[in-house]
Amino acid sequence: MRPVIRLLSGILLFLTGVSCARAAEVAIACSALGREFEICKQGAETWAGRSGNTVRFVSTPNSATERLALYQQLLSAGSADVDVFQIDAIWPGVLGAHFIDLGPRMGNAPADHFPAIVENNTVEGRLVAMPWFVDAGLLYFREDLLRRYDRPIPQTWADLTETARIIQEGERKAGDADFWGYVWQGKAYEGLTCNAIEWVAAHGGGGIVDQSGTITIDNARAERALTTAAGWVDAISPPGVLNYEEEEARGVFQSGNAAFMRNWPYAWALAQGADSPVKGKVGVAPLPKGGPEGRHAGALGGQQLAVSKYSRVPEAAADLVRFLTGPEEQKRRAIVGSFNPTIRTLFQDPEVVRAAPFIGELFDVFANAVPRPATVTGEDYNKVSSAFFNAVHSVLSGRAQAAQALATLDRDLKRIKRRGWPQ
Amino acid sequence: MVRRLLGRLGLWLLVAAIVVFAVFPFYYAIVTSFRSGSELFTVAYLPDRLDFDNYAAVFRNQPFGRNILNSIAVAAVVVALSLFLGFTAAYALGRIRFRGRSPLLLACLAVSMFPHVAVLSGLFELIRTLGLYNTLPGLVLANLVLTLPFTVWMLTTFMRELPRELEEAALVDGATPWVILWRIFLPMMAPAAVTTGLLAFVVAWNEFLFALTFTLSNEMRTVPVAIALMSGATGYELPWGNIMAASVVVTVPIVLLVLVFQRRIVAGLTAGAVKG
Amino acid sequence: MSGPGRPEVRSAWLLLAPMLVVLALVAGWPLLRTVWFGFTDARLGGAGSFVGFDNYLANYDGEWFGVLADRLWWQSVRNTLWFTVVSVSIETVLGMVVALVLDAAFRGRGLVRAVILIPWAIPTVVSARMWNWMLHDQFGILNDALLRLGLISSPIAWTADPDTALWAVVIVDVWKTTPFMALLILAGLQMLPREIFEAARIDGAGPLTVFFRVTLPLIRQVVMVAMIFRALDALRVFDLIYVLTANSAATMSMSVYARLQLIDFQEAGIGSAAATLIFVVVSVLTVLYIALGRVRLGERPW
Repeated sequence: MRPVIRLLSGILLFLTGVSCARAAEVAIACSALGREFEICKQGAETWAGRSGNTVRFVSTPNSATERLALYQQLLSAGSADVDVFQIDAIWPGVLGAHFIDLGPRMGNAPADHFPAIVENNTVEGRLVAMPWFVDAGLLYFREDLLRRYDRPIPQTWADLTETARIIQEGERKAGDADFWGYVWQGKAYEGLTCNAIEWVAAHGGGGIVDQSGTITIDNARAERALTTAAGWVDAISPPGVLNYEEEEARGVFQSGNAAFMRNWPYAWALAQGADSPVKGKVGVAPLPKGGPEGRHAGALGGQQLAVSKYSRVPEAAADLVRFLTGPEEQKRRAIVGSFNPTIRTLFQDPEVVRAAPFIGELFDVFANAVPRPATVTGEDYNKVSSAFFNAVHSVLSGRAQAAQALATLDRDLKRIKRRGWPQ
Repeated sequence: MVRRLLGRLGLWLLVAAIVVFAVFPFYYAIVTSFRSGSELFTVAYLPDRLDFDNYAAVFRNQPFGRNILNSIAVAAVVVALSLFLGFTAAYALGRIRFRGRSPLLLACLAVSMFPHVAVLSGLFELIRTLGLYNTLPGLVLANLVLTLPFTVWMLTTFMRELPRELEEAALVDGATPWVILWRIFLPMMAPAAVTTGLLAFVVAWNEFLFALTFTLSNEMRTVPVAIALMSGATGYELPWGNIMAASVVVTVPIVLLVLVFQRRIVAGLTAGAVKG
Repeated sequence: MSGPGRPEVRSAWLLLAPMLVVLALVAGWPLLRTVWFGFTDARLGGAGSFVGFDNYLANYDGEWFGVLADRLWWQSVRNTLWFTVVSVSIETVLGMVVALVLDAAFRGRGLVRAVILIPWAIPTVVSARMWNWMLHDQFGILNDALLRLGLISSPIAWTADPDTALWAVVIVDVWKTTPFMALLILAGLQMLPREIFEAARIDGAGPLTVFFRVTLPLIRQVVMVAMIFRALDALRVFDLIYVLTANSAATMSMSVYARLQLIDFQEAGIGSAAATLIFVVVSVLTVLYIALGRVRLGERPW
């Protein structure tokens, strides 16, 4: 009897093509073409060499919105062309329904990562993506200028405003007419949501929507945060900041024309590059607190890996994800590509620390980073974010008062929520 | 004499203004394509040096030559199909009287009234059903949506401008519409057909959204998609020098194409009386 | 003259058939599907069920929902109409000037003809980003040049200020699509019989008189049709606005709105409804334009 069952199940396995013994081809969409792609490729090929499987690489657009459009088209068609997707920190809620639950397949591994990220990637109790690398908003400052004007690293936004004003006045008097105090990302896009949620969280004004799904944005602290930020425009920040993304801000800072910049960790290596005019003059710190009672808050970003539920080789794909997000590969990526690991112990790893000396300081920033309310609002996150950054943009450009804009935003968000967030 | 001279001068000034307006951004792209790193954040009116690193990188990181060939192939087939289909249709719509021409022309136009992103999902399904996903014929099919209404309308309009006597003599001789179309109208329509074809070529050449969604492997990508796939050391960094180098490279085939075909833009009725 | 059964008509349909078949095959299904989705509550991936006009306008608990109740939609309609009227007018006038210049005889004309097509030839995604860089308030070349020439005293934040942002979009669009108009008008000019101009010149008419009395009426149909296609593109403008100002409400166009709903918000139903509304707006405008501009359609052309 038993051999018959074995035979039958063997045939069944063969027919459904999930036989574990057979080598699988896994397709992974990990990034646009460039250095990041090369590093991803090296990692995946190491896995292929060890597991006997093969990997096919699908390159995707550099722009997040274009990438999201491509992913959506593939996933909504139930396409099996891509098995492993690299997804943004705000996409687990948006795309989660199309990914398999990695929880049972990862064993204890998730416990090694930052809990906030794992929570961010958990939709309705399903771990839809594994953390791959982490990003958070940082304050870049000019060490040389702080020294010259004898100012400490700003601890509160009020400090920063004051210091930026002093340095800007001084540098302009010294002949640099194009000098500005502070540059950041003010274009009406996702990056503004990151900037603004940092201001609001720093002032203790919450994170737009709280963990239970309640809309919390219409409060006095958020109002104070936005009013402060609106005061920067055309004072310590160029008016053009209202249409800056990351690279526009970096351009101004790296040319030596700004005292402070808010940006992601990627700007560090570039600002310290051989051809950078500000090489050796740059420092990073956590973003300032709202006030004595506030907190340091950097927006949580980064990339995750998820497995499509339409994949024909889910087990092999999950195994690739386990390898790529595992300690060995995260360590290698941290050393060769400065991708910040999500596994906490790697921040004390001597080799990692040697490759990135300031990584220890980053640990606290990542550990305390504020997630955007992407998971709790699920598929509606982009609506929430869009309403939020447009409201903030109208305050920054002086077309609305903070109080009034937040009241309108509150109404809009309630409309979006209606009877509850989609899950 | 003086008036003539002044007129000449005015003409040259206008030509110069037009050329500067059209070319300056492209010139700036060339200047930028020789620069890298922090230099990109400064203004330069002249190239500081001839550094072809960015050009090399464009071809090193991806099968960019292949991407250009893909674009040329797709655009050429799209133009050939559009012109053929458009030409036959335009003859019927422009030269033959029958009921239903206005609704037909309007229906044709209606296809151009939906935003591209709205037809994306439907086209995606169609292309997958036909088994053309991740193939160049799939892209040709998708691009026809963009070029066909335009070609039909333009050729119809131009066709109507030609004098009635053209086919009357032929019809009396008993020639079929098919013969009239290819023997008589095609040569007369050369400037219109070449212009329409060139403009349609560029539309297909530049199409981004369909090309991104309907192809998957780097070998099947077209130029605009290939450019959008470029990134710096991290996803945030914009590889500005590479993008500009790629843009310069892909503009060259178009300019060559126009240079080859531009004589045909000025032909047709006036072919005998060459002016200038 | 004769009934529908005459051989000429039959051959007309035969000649039309290939084009109609291809268009129906390629465009028919996607368009009908979009219209249908506009009446369902489909989200990404799901088929959804029929909800009537709810995506357009619906009242729940005393509050209005749907595209027509969305302030953002109406703002995007206003922006798009303004953009279309301004940019197409400028492009037509400039295109006419360029075409007349290129129609004149001068050395190097062929090269100039090739060169003016460059803006049209660069992929929009790239040229929009290129302009974004050139328009940067701090290290953009445009501000730098204007400052050096003494035309402005301090850098202008072109794309940041909602008031100038739409003008910035217009500038880039004019740069990009004037060649399109110019080449089509040039083709129209080239198809005119030269004898007409000889006759007018012999009559002693000045160049301006010749242009307004002779040339313009003769190329009018071509210009009108070229404008239709420019306007159709302008009414669906997406890339340019998206790259220059992202999802800013102040500059949002109808297509950006539809894309926002379809892709970013995953609202296949609402996004399709918006796309269908765009179709309605565009077709009403086009029919009005064709009627008022007396663009020839079906009537006998001679």
